[in-house]
Amino acid sequence: MNYALAVYGAMGSSQAGQTALSFAKAVLASGHTVSRIFFYQDGVQNASSLSNPPQDEVNLPAEWQELVQQNEIDAVVCIAAALRRGVVDADEAERYQLPASNLADGFQLSGLGQLLESLVETDRLITFGA
Amino acid sequence: MLQQAEPQESESQKSVNQTSLCVVSSQSPYRGQSAREALDAALVSASYDLPTSLLLMGDGVYQLVDHQDPSQLPRKNLLAMFKSLELYGIETVYVDSESLDERGLEPEQLLPVYTLLEGDGVATFLATQKKVLNF
Repeated sequence: MNYALAVYGAMGSSQAGQTALSFAKAVLASGHTVSRIFFYQDGVQNASSLSNPPQDEVNLPAEWQELVQQNEIDAVVCIAAALRRGVVDADEAERYQLPASNLADGFQLSGLGQLLESLVETDRLITFGA
Repeated sequence: MLQQAEPQESESQKSVNQTSLCVVSSQSPYRGQSAREALDAALVSASYDLPTSLLLMGDGVYQLVDHQDPSQLPRKNLLAMFKSLELYGIETVYVDSESLDERGLEPEQLLPVYTLLEGDGVATFLATQKKVLNF
């Protein structure tokens, strides 16, 4: 089965990201496909390269990065939600004259159309943190 | 039970055969960005010509309370967006009657742009929808 995941929770205030990550691993281990993970609302924090928790805690953005790169998953971050919450790539940083960018490698900023596309085209879209 | 029985029923019936999307919004209007971002998702869906509806339930029913004024927060007034939903192709805004009752709200207190779902109306309606997006 072809799955897509939508993640709406930030790691500082929600278990949504960690649960979604565990779910994605379980889906892949069962021989299914995860075609896209869409980060929306506070979930955009999962794509910050500046997340740096203590060493004995999980660094969720790094875990996502490894998962999406190893499995060639489309990791899409809603651009409007990300700009509201301070997650930007180099292009947006330049466009808005921001002092830095922090979108982790392996993620891309795009629009809500990608969420709708996944909703229509995959067998299952599973939402975390609604 | 759908209040506007005849036209709504045939419309839902039609939607069963194609992709139809209901965006469910159940957070109060100014608690974070959830309500606003649920509306955005519905608007994008409608802009792709997907038959799209919006269902307000739980604290989401507060989003439609008429004459709200969040200017002191300060936040943008969500009602302006609700007034233009039809223009952007959102077919219907549904409100769960039970959620109003639980909060002591009367249907007359809401901006009159909605269809009330009573009894097991929410379950019946969602069963007709191919896709549901929850916020």
